[in-house]
Order: sequence, then C-alpha cells, then structure tokens
Amino acid sequence: MSRLPVVKTGKLWIGGKWPRSESGATFVVENSKGETVARCALASRKDSREAVEAARAGLAPWRDATSMLRGQVLYRAAEMLESRGDEFTTALRDGGMAAATARREVELTVDRMVMLAGWCDKIHQILGCQNSVAGPYHNFTIPQACGVVVAFCPEDPPLLSMVTLMGAAMAMGNAVVTVVPRSSGMLGVLLGEVLAVSDVPSGAANILTGDIEPLLDPLGGHREVAVMVSSGLKKAARTRLRLAAADGIRRVHTIPWTGTDWEDDAETCSPWFLEQFVEFKTMWHPAGV
Amino acid sequence: MGQSEAGTVVTAQGWEYSPAPERTRPKIDSEYGLFIGGEFRAPQTGRVFDTINPATGERLARIAEAGQDDVDAAMAAARAAGPKWARLKGRERGKYLFRLARRIQECSRELAVLETMDGGKPIRESRDVDLPLVAQHFFYHAGWADKLHWAFGGRNVKPRGVCGQIIPWNFPLLMAAWKLAPALACGNTVVLKPAETTSLTALHLAKLMQEIDLPPGVVNIVTGAGETGRMVASHPAVKKVAFTGSTDVGRKIMEELAPREIPLTLELGGKSANIVFADAPIEQAIEGVVDGIWFNQGHVCCAGSRLLVEESILESFVARLRDRMAQLRVGDPLDKNTDVGAINSGEQLRRIQSLVTAGQEEGAILHDVQSAPLPDKGFWFPPCFFTGVQPAHIVAREEIFGPVLAVMSFRTPEEAIRRANMTPYGLAAGIWTDKGSKIFEIASRMEAGIVWCNTYNQYDAASPFGGVKESGFGREGGLHGLRAYVQ
Repeated sequence: MSRLPVVKTGKLWIGGKWPRSESGATFVVENSKGETVARCALASRKDSREAVEAARAGLAPWRDATSMLRGQVLYRAAEMLESRGDEFTTALRDGGMAAATARREVELTVDRMVMLAGWCDKIHQILGCQNSVAGPYHNFTIPQACGVVVAFCPEDPPLLSMVTLMGAAMAMGNAVVTVVPRSSGMLGVLLGEVLAVSDVPSGAANILTGDIEPLLDPLGGHREVAVMVSSGLKKAARTRLRLAAADGIRRVHTIPWTGTDWEDDAETCSPWFLEQFVEFKTMWHPAGV
Repeated sequence: MGQSEAGTVVTAQGWEYSPAPERTRPKIDSEYGLFIGGEFRAPQTGRVFDTINPATGERLARIAEAGQDDVDAAMAAARAAGPKWARLKGRERGKYLFRLARRIQECSRELAVLETMDGGKPIRESRDVDLPLVAQHFFYHAGWADKLHWAFGGRNVKPRGVCGQIIPWNFPLLMAAWKLAPALACGNTVVLKPAETTSLTALHLAKLMQEIDLPPGVVNIVTGAGETGRMVASHPAVKKVAFTGSTDVGRKIMEELAPREIPLTLELGGKSANIVFADAPIEQAIEGVVDGIWFNQGHVCCAGSRLLVEESILESFVARLRDRMAQLRVGDPLDKNTDVGAINSGEQLRRIQSLVTAGQEEGAILHDVQSAPLPDKGFWFPPCFFTGVQPAHIVAREEIFGPVLAVMSFRTPEEAIRRANMTPYGLAAGIWTDKGSKIFEIASRMEAGIVWCNTYNQYDAASPFGGVKESGFGREGGLHGLRAYVQ
C-alpha cells in the first residue's frame, strides 16, 4: 500500500523560533521536473524588521562569548551539515543540479564551515596589530564585531555562498540576518535547522526566505543594521541598497557575482574577505611610572 | 581676559603675561590660482573669493573658485599622470615623499604661522601638533611605498587610480597630509579640494611639491566651496573618494555615489564621551578633559564633548575643571601663550552661539568664567561647559564643533557604558581610571573607532584613525589606512 509522503512547510527562522510569515504568504519550491517539493514562507517587510530586532537581541551573547566557544559552535554546525549532507544534496538536486555537482557543493560547504570555525580565535592576530607611535604610549588596533549584519545571498552557488556569507559574519562575532532567494528557499530552511541544533544563541542567526527586492529598503534603512553584504544583486538593486544605507551611514559591501570563485579560500575565506565583517578599534594608553 | 596696560594680559587669577607674539611672517601672495598639472592656473570661472584671518577679519588673499571645467582639467591632469606614477618603483615614489617631508620640516615655522593666520588656531598648536604630524605622515607613508607587497599578506596590490579627496577646515594641512600621503605612497594620483575658509597651507604645500620636482599632475588642488567638492566627488574619472567633514555632507556623498562601484571612506562628525571614574588620576583627568574639548577651540571631530563623571566626585571635579578653565588664555592666536584661538568663521561662530542658546533654553546651566572681554574684531567664543545636562538635551546630542562641553554624571560602569554609546556617532571615547581591568572592559565595549585610555586627543601617523556608526567608515593612518588606496 502506497504511503502518502509528508511534505515539509519551510518556515522562517527568527530569534530561534520558526514562524510563518506574518503576511501568511508562501511560495512553491519545485524540483527540476516541475513537481511541488515544498512550500516556503515568503518573508515580508515586517518579518525582516523582526529578524533585525531578534538579531540585535542575540548579538550580545554571541559577540561576548569567547572566540574559542564561537569556533566550537561553528564546528558543531559543520558536523551537523555533514550528517545531514543527503538532505542538502537532495535539495540542490531538486534545484536542477547534477548529483556529483550537488555532492561536491555540500562537501565544499562543510569544509568552508570548518575553516570559518578555525578563524574565530585567529583573525585578531592577522588583522590586528600594535602601532609604534612617536611617544610614550601603548597603541594597538583590534578587530571587533560590527553588530548586526544582513547578508543578501546570490542564487549560485546556492549553498556555498549562503554558508560563506553567514558563517563569515558569525565567525567575526556578528549577529546575522540572512536573506535567501526563492530558488534556494529549502536550503535556507535546512541551514536554519542545522544551526538550531548547534548551540547558536537565539537570534544570533536568522534566516528569511523569499524575494530580496522588497526587503532592500527596510533592511538597508534599518538603524540597527551595521553592515550589509550582497552578491548577485542587479545594478538597480545595488544602487537602491546603497541609497537606503546612506541615511544611517551604514556599510555596504558588494561581492561581485561574476568573477568570484566561491570555492577559492583565497577569495572568499581569507582575512581580507573576513575584514568586511569587522570594525577596527584603536586603543591608546600612556606608558610610564 | 582684559587689557590692563600696554598690552599686558591679566587672567582670572590676576597673573600677568607679557605678549609673546610669533614674529615669523610667511610671504602670502595676493592671489592664488588652482594647482593643476604642476602649475598654478587662473580659474576658468574667472571667479575668486577672499580668505580671511578669523582673528582679525582682514583679508589675507584671494583664492580661485574652481568650476566644472577646472575640475575636469584637474581630473585630466591626474589621469594623465597616473600610469607613470603607478609604474614608478615603490622606492622611487617613496623618495619623493621623503623629500617632501624634509621640505615641510624646513618650512614648518612659516607653514605653522600661515595655518594659524588662515584658520585661527593658536600658534602653539599649529607649531607643536599640526606641523610635526604633517611631516610625520609623509615620512611614515614614504616608507610604505616600497613595502606594500608585505602590507597585504603577500598579495600583489595595485593603485586604484585617481582619488578625489575633500578635507575640512579644522586641521587644514594635517588633513591634506592624511589624505595625500597614503594615496601617493600606494601609487595613486589625487585631486584635492581644501575647505573654503582654509586653502592657504594646501596651496603652499603645492609650492613645496613644485620645489621637490614631484611629477606634474600627481597632485592637483582645486579650491572652492561645497559645490566644487561635489564636482570632485561625483566626477566620473574618480576611482576612490575620501571625505572628512560633517555627517550631513557624508550622507549626501553616499547618495551621490550610490550608483557607482567605487570605494568610499568617510571620516565624519562625533559626540565623543570622556568618562572619568572616581578612581581616576584626577590631575591628569582634568588635563585630559581640557585637551579633549578646548584643543583647537573644540573644532575637533573627535572632541571629548560629553564628559561623564562618576557621581561621587562630580562636585569636586566640576569645581577643579572650572578653576582650570579660568586659566585658559583666549586671544591672539599668534601669541605663543594663547591656549584658545579664534573661531574659524563667522558661520561657525553663529552655529556655536545658537546651540549654546538652545542649551540654556533647555535648562542646562552654562559655566563661562572668562571674565575679561574678548577681542573686538574677528570671531571668538570663550571656553565653557554646561552642567545639569540631560541626555535628551541638544548640547548632549548635537555636535557643536566649538569650545563647549556638556557635563553629565553616572553611578555605575554599566550606566557609563550605556550613556557613552547612546549616540548615533561613534568616533572616539576617553576613559579615566587607574584600574587596568576596568579600562579593558570599558574600552572593548565602547562603540567607537578610537579609545583613549588615561589620555585624549593623541594622534600619530602609525595609528589608524576613524569611526563607526554615523561617524563614518574606513581608517586613515597606519597599516589599516593603506587599504582604501589599493586594489
């Protein structure tokens, strides 16, 4: 006797909870044959503002945790990614990816998370420094978390780019709101499920699925957002995001979509990539008795 | 302070000082052209404007006003000079900057006097702070030119091209040095726009560039007001924009550049907190507060304009601060004993006056102990502070950019942190305590790009400077300051 499969409803992940969109809207995720695989919640402007509030609340416990602990949490996330690799592979294949390519992307993603986990307690030694000033002072510059980061993810490579942007922001101690396009909706839901069982403090990471364009203004102009990073946005959308960010002098980083090799650690996991997710603080203190 | 007899100055304490005027007089031309392609040219607009001495109101010179055709010409010169300058070996580029640093040192007294005459700051500051730092910035960055490969972890970096740089009037030559030195060391060429009221020292720097044979077009200087600045920032030839100035103008530049994919660094306004704990070294803290707010008439983006004092010592601290403030000598900026000089412009004076009036109307108590009259001519505002200030008061929130301090109190370290961070700005912060663990905790929780612990208003070419939040982004100085100028 054939069994009726249970089809998952993909929900948003905000503040450690799994709400549907407050608008009630959903979108259909189809596989490459046009069959309905799942439905995901379509994040509204209000959802995006709630995600920022949740990130703001989740920032302190994540940022103020020791770097060692943040590294362990991200490594745990890598373990969870690995153990649920088949689900991610299936979701990638539903999007039309060949089996071998999908498996490879999952492996690269797990390895990327491992690398990011290791950066948590080392980046300060690469990006920070002591400055030899012409006077009796100790002077040093240290990288610190920026605050709330919003990551607008590109459609391709769907999983690797998502984990790279989100993981990089988290590794640097930021709370993050990740906005995932429709085409990767189910991957976003699965990533939320992975992070939810990895001891990430509530709100330190949040995932919104759906259309990016309507969220550019509310997120770009939100005073609690410190940094926006995007890849794969069209020129008009990039301009709109920068205009929204101008009012609060927010940082906007654009990672070129064409020409960026997401698999290359030198391009997308180097200290210079991670530098987009830190602020530098320079401290002076007199030396003398 | 009053004039008792034959120019002898009497302070509030009754001490007498004889005038100690700086006698060096730099040669000032009657009119200055635009510096484009290595030579001074008359503006195609045919328009000039006066630059005055804010301590006397007298005209010092006429300055050219650059229009679109002039900015185009400057950009063309910078673009033409770019490839050869970028190809030059780092060592050779550095040697030009070393030469320039040496010439600045040789001319430092004339430049200091010129800076004081054009901007109103005390000669003691332009001589002992501005000029030494200007020379240091060129020395420091000269030495980076042949080491850039190692500055970026073994990556091969390239210059960005033509940089558009717009600077303010509070540290005219120093800001020019901050902008020019890293850009040139990294192999870029520049179009620089000085502030309308303080163009003179940048134009004299251009003369030194001619003297050291800096290749024509590597640095171009276009003078004028805000509109000229907008032309520089929005010019299609520009590949990188750096701006220091107000948050409002920074916002406009961000909007203007929104459609473009070029990097921008902004060093904007501030309302920085200076926090004094009961366990602070009090004498040093008083001096730090004085340096924090009354240095350069308070025309300092990172001025410690909000003083937060632990409640248990508030009364005694305020009394001492009042006594110390009474000793500040306000007057002729060219007098070597002067502590507080002239306000940079009539416009800025009116802004300070209106904010102070607003502070009084909101109920804060103004402490202004300058009993003696200020000079008749020029623009003056006495050092002062407010007590009874609420966090919502205008003098606690808005950048005044004048010698006006808002004093508030706190009870616990948590409250101090919360109050210090309760501002859209995030440029600097000061912390005064003898307890090391407290310094580290508070400093790490300050939302600010610079934290001065048991000191204030220290600057160095090797020390990255810049803010967070609405105080801007990017760093100037040090290793981190190079990053904006390479790709």
